[in-house]
Amino acid sequence: MKVHEYQAKEILRRYGVPTPRGIVTENADEARAAAKELGGRVVVKAQIHAGGRGKGGGVKLAKDADEAAELTKEMIGMTLITHQTGPEGREVRKVLIEEALNIDKELYLGITLDRRIGMPVVMASKQGGMEIEEVAERDPSAIHREPIDGVLGALPFQARAVANALGLTGDAYKKCVDFVQKLMRCYIDTDASLVEINPLMVTTEGNVFALDCKMTFDDNAMFRHKDLAEMRDLNEEDPLEVEASKFGLNYITLDGNVGCMVNGAGLAMATMDIIKLAGGQPANFLDVGGGASAEQVKNAFRIILSDKNVKAILINIFGGIMRCDRIAEGVVSASREVGLPVPVVVRLEGTNVDLGKEILSNSGLPLITADGMWDAAQKVVAAAQGK
Amino acid sequence: MAIWADKNTRVIVQGITGREGTFHAIQCRDYGTQVVGGVTPGKGGTTHEGFAVFNSVREAREKAGANCSLIFVPPPFAADAIMESADAGIELIICITEGIPVNDMMRAHDFLRKSNARAIMSGAMPSRLIGPNCPGIITPGEAKIGIMPGHIHRPGPIGIVSRSGTLTYEAVGQTRAIGQSTAVGIGGDPLPGTNFIDCLAAFESDPATEAIIMIGEIGGSAEEEAATFVKESVTKPVVAFIAGQTAPPGRRMGHAGAIISGGKGTAAEKMAALKAAGIHVVEAPSEMGAKVAEVWKARR
Repeated sequence: MKVHEYQAKEILRRYGVPTPRGIVTENADEARAAAKELGGRVVVKAQIHAGGRGKGGGVKLAKDADEAAELTKEMIGMTLITHQTGPEGREVRKVLIEEALNIDKELYLGITLDRRIGMPVVMASKQGGMEIEEVAERDPSAIHREPIDGVLGALPFQARAVANALGLTGDAYKKCVDFVQKLMRCYIDTDASLVEINPLMVTTEGNVFALDCKMTFDDNAMFRHKDLAEMRDLNEEDPLEVEASKFGLNYITLDGNVGCMVNGAGLAMATMDIIKLAGGQPANFLDVGGGASAEQVKNAFRIILSDKNVKAILINIFGGIMRCDRIAEGVVSASREVGLPVPVVVRLEGTNVDLGKEILSNSGLPLITADGMWDAAQKVVAAAQGK
Repeated sequence: MAIWADKNTRVIVQGITGREGTFHAIQCRDYGTQVVGGVTPGKGGTTHEGFAVFNSVREAREKAGANCSLIFVPPPFAADAIMESADAGIELIICITEGIPVNDMMRAHDFLRKSNARAIMSGAMPSRLIGPNCPGIITPGEAKIGIMPGHIHRPGPIGIVSRSGTLTYEAVGQTRAIGQSTAVGIGGDPLPGTNFIDCLAAFESDPATEAIIMIGEIGGSAEEEAATFVKESVTKPVVAFIAGQTAPPGRRMGHAGAIISGGKGTAAEKMAALKAAGIHVVEAPSEMGAKVAEVWKARR
């Protein structure tokens, strides 16, 4: 789960991680008042989940409160397009009004899980403000990596190693050591999967602040963080994906025209792959889970069909514990109920597969049965092309 | 012979009185697995569907001689169940539970390392964790310890290791004519207890295994590490498929571990690494069976 910058900073402050003072708002009058409170000269920052806001015109400096109000008026309601939003962009609903500070250095600090060693790792780079992937590609040695024990947190010597790698001295060095330890505590205690401070700012006065902050949390741990779970902003998510999740369906929109309904995440990905190999383009990833009951199939049909690009659907179910005849019955009753505006190819495998196929072909519905994944992929691609 | 699980494996089910635990304990027993009981704290001393129920894993191990545990405990409590098994000296811990927080698994791995170190020092067997978020392990004709459909399997010479459940069944279905030695689902989580290399090493030294199918997916670098291992240490032919060739970056494809992040963990990179290691990489998931049959016959 992702949160907005203003929410991430609120979380950082709970752990004593220094951030610029800021006030979130949705309108110009509030923005003016906020700017006055913060000393007049402020930065107005559009709150959307995607990165690259600065280049897209979503981060602007205001010299006084009136300009802050003006900029807020412009930003609220605008569609912000960045390299991460896709061409459709995201509507700005909130802006963060933040005090403008005197920047001396912009650095980078990130924490994420290193799967190879099974530990979180702090990544630090002097090249703040740039995307870490770009830095990693151009000059991997410019990134310092400090593995941290996920139970112990950042030990003082580890935090010092990070501050050293960032080339800090004096007051800023000490403040950075403290910053790293607190940030790591925050990462662990909130079950974060990513914290990115980019840039980490050192002011001319030698203070260290999180100028921007991106946080992502482990969805599986949200049951013990009700306060964080409430920060979820459904406006930032694909409405179809949100709808699907209500039914326990794992759905992701893609841009092809062949809808897929599969049981199991691995088989669902493999089904997308084989559609591509057969010359088609998958319209979605959809895992119906282990059950594949009539109810689940019906919900999955509705979700897939609400994507108007879909020209044909492939159902690929490996009936393990659940028998194929039961799955076939589910597909038939769901098809009757939903009504099928596009051709549907069904590939069943597993227990009672012959009985399952018989049920499908006796249904009188335009269901095309297939033997094996390759046959299914070819048939559905042909159907999507109107052959 | 096979790897890790056979007809002598004595299994207890943690969370046996739950819906999933009950259903699969019965399915495993029906397959012929020695299911010697289950654990549900607070329900010890009772019987459930003919299974003896114990209060703790330690009690189940002492009274029923269990050496393997199959875990169906809900996500918030699953890491604790894993650690309890390790502490009780259970040699094979199979965790089916999906949705365990990464931080919990990090603690469980930490605990396992320490308890295994103690076990080795005292001459006992260390614990092996398979999963979480996996279908389990099956040695056809001997023991099914997991949620896979037992009847699609046939005893034979093909070893299968996979990060994905239903894709494992797909591979099993495609090798029906030859049969499988053991099929292991290592699970779709970012921090699995058993990885590809553990399975490949075990298959390499298992006389019953003559060829291997390895099924990976996008995310992480486990496949690349396995490729290096195969190049250096595996003499048996290996066929591989990587799911997610068409997956977009930055999106988690169902499994917590299946995500391309920062441009790393793509299927193309993994396939190239596997090919470079002499592994027979198939592009289509429908080709796994035919390819392994071909290399297996060529080997004989």
